[in-house]
Amino acid sequence: MTVTTATATTATATTATATTATVPTSDVDPFSHEVLEDPLPMHAELRDAGPVVLLSRHDVFAMARYDEVHAALVDWQGFQSAAGVGMSNFRYEEPWRPPSLLLEADPPRHDAPRRVLQKVLGPRALRRLHERWRADAEALVDEVLAAGTEFDAVPALTSVFPLRVFPDAVGIGQEGRENLLPYGDHAFNAFGPSNDLVAKGAPRVAELSGWVAAQCRREALAPEGFGADIWAASDRGDITPEMAPLVVRSLLTAGVDTTVHGLSAVLYAFATHPDQWARLRSDPSLSRVAFDEAVRWESPVQTFFRTATTDVRIGDTVVPEGRKILMFLAAANRDPRRWADPDAFDLFRDPSGHVGFGMGIHQCVGQHVARLEAESLLTALARRVRTIELAGPTVRHHNNTLRAWESIPVRMTPA
Amino acid sequence: MTVTTPAVAPAGADVATLRVVGKQVQAEGVLTLDLAAPSGGRLRDWTPGSHVDLVLPNGLTRQYSLCGDRFDPTTYRVGVLLEPESRGGSAYVHRELAVGDVVGIGGPRNNFPLVPADTYLFVAGGIGITPLLPMVRQAEMLGADWRLLYGGRTRRSMAFLDELSAHGERVLVRPQDETGLLDLAGFLGGPRPGVRVYSCGPAPLLAAMEAACAEWPPYTLRTERFVAADGGAPARTAPFEVELARTGTTVTVDPGSTVLEALDRVGVEVLSSCRRGVCGTCETTVLAGRPDHRDALLDDDERAAGDCMYVCVSRSLDDRLVLDL
Ligand code: HEM
Ligand code: FES
Repeated sequence: MTVTTATATTATATTATATTATVPTSDVDPFSHEVLEDPLPMHAELRDAGPVVLLSRHDVFAMARYDEVHAALVDWQGFQSAAGVGMSNFRYEEPWRPPSLLLEADPPRHDAPRRVLQKVLGPRALRRLHERWRADAEALVDEVLAAGTEFDAVPALTSVFPLRVFPDAVGIGQEGRENLLPYGDHAFNAFGPSNDLVAKGAPRVAELSGWVAAQCRREALAPEGFGADIWAASDRGDITPEMAPLVVRSLLTAGVDTTVHGLSAVLYAFATHPDQWARLRSDPSLSRVAFDEAVRWESPVQTFFRTATTDVRIGDTVVPEGRKILMFLAAANRDPRRWADPDAFDLFRDPSGHVGFGMGIHQCVGQHVARLEAESLLTALARRVRTIELAGPTVRHHNNTLRAWESIPVRMTPA
Repeated sequence: MTVTTPAVAPAGADVATLRVVGKQVQAEGVLTLDLAAPSGGRLRDWTPGSHVDLVLPNGLTRQYSLCGDRFDPTTYRVGVLLEPESRGGSAYVHRELAVGDVVGIGGPRNNFPLVPADTYLFVAGGIGITPLLPMVRQAEMLGADWRLLYGGRTRRSMAFLDELSAHGERVLVRPQDETGLLDLAGFLGGPRPGVRVYSCGPAPLLAAMEAACAEWPPYTLRTERFVAADGGAPARTAPFEVELARTGTTVTVDPGSTVLEALDRVGVEVLSSCRRGVCGTCETTVLAGRPDHRDALLDDDERAAGDCMYVCVSRSLDDRLVLDL
């Protein structure tokens, strides 16, 4: 990749505003397989290039430093989401599905669905799940260890646990749950450019979208659960009945792949950091911190875009109104300007303030759900497993937005 | 237009205190206060219908609806009516509080949110106009069909008439000394679906609204009582102690630091994220003592329960809090 500091004229057919500014320019493609396999060197180069960089390959701006990413995340007035949080600009392009009422909405329209979900998924609402999820995690760990102590952690553990507990908590039926991961995988690919990863998912889009839409109907949902709670909010008029299925859809899109890859991240971290595993075992109450440290360290959600609502100055550069800006959450989470020894996975660190769940009005509304899943699984493992180590070569899963594992072969010694 | 992105707002203390940056008379007995962070940074986001708790320099805590522009991230505006019976809240704001003074802040919290609808009917009585003002702007922005019936004692006592006059016939201004009691039935018309009715004002107005909307579909009417009473325990400015039940450690929290910071100083790590009382990450169980809630998350019932707190912003009403840490 080449980073050049040039006097670039950044104007496109779609924006009337042309601005001439000195902006560092890079020809890297963050969505190429080479980068997706290991994005860390690119993150470092983009951070060092400047507070904002023009990615010439896609003609979008990008930010990789913590301060700028954080400032953009909280500034919903200047950096909007309703024009899409992927590369596609909804001002000019048709979205591939009806836009999300949360992720792809700005105030005031964002207010009502957000308020409803924040309550349905709030820490207090989740209290009733603690016991059950802890028991489910213990049962799963027992099952897996009974079958053998050497196994692939992704298909055996990290993709099984969320799929066991989360769809039940939402209240969808048993049938077709295998559709959830491919649907989410495509949705997260679709935030990138229309590359081969998007093409790979295209043939099943209609079928998967149809299945997901069917699960969001009131009749399809159990009488108790997040889904029912959302419909109950529509009965009270807090959202309209037309909004309810789309709010349920947000859970099914954003709540499955993310936690699978988040759990894979923390498991991989422990498999490669035995000292940290020993520390967690000596104090399982660290499991909350451990998961957030893994979310910082690996950033399962790597990127999101915003669109400038006005000419925004970032450093010496003016990003013109209407232009897309790519925020590298992952790069911000390892910015040495913000974090001491950022590449270390370290339970002694306070990961608070990382942007792996975003920040501001769109900050992950499911973060307490993700943390509870992780806490349940890690606590169960800490009790039953003395050591975790890699038992073979690991394989990455490439996605335009997610940092993911296809395979993590591990060997565990029972306690 | 070129805007500069504000620097990352510092956590904790900055959102706990605000400076008075403007004080303007809006009508007879009504003034507005403009409040900003001492750093000039972003304030916590809010939605129409929200109120804040202001902890006045004389120690009293008062709730005021936000009536400014949510698109301005660095300023809050509240409207304050001079209560004839005031024992130190509104009288203090009107007579003593000056530009440059610093006030404590809790929230914003919203018990009166604007829900989606095609048609809104707003009914304000007196200072009850304050939470409705941002709603009116928002309804206009969303292209909804809306009307406002605004009553007051006299025209001179009614705030924001200039701004509202821009909306022409959508706004009915009805001073009692000119037009008598509000004609609620005439304004509302017959019961019909797809309408949300929002009303804020004194208790008799809200009772009349309940009666007038009795035949309407459920959840049509949403009200917020304008609380005039000077109640509430004074906020403490003295340090307090936090006891950690699991270890028996005790930490002193002085007025200049948050509970989260005090815990960190003794090596007790509580996971946090926003550090502004909006995300819920730092929720901590309270075993004894009454928390002084400054977050934007808990509703009134949850606050009253007093069984948990957000340690990044909330404090203590009592000398000692016992936390499940
Ligand atoms: C480790 C797991 C997870 C990660 C890393 C993650 C990450 C994120 C991030 C970075 C955002 C911010 C998007 C933006 O600013 O544009 C977000 C938003 C969101 N997340 Fe998560 N998430 C996770 C788990 C979940 C779960 C379990 C759910 C559902 C229960 C969920 C539902 C959502 C929703 C609905 C939004 C949109 C919120 C809004 O725009 O107001 N997420 N997530
Ligand atoms: S850290 Fe977000 S509420 Fe305290």
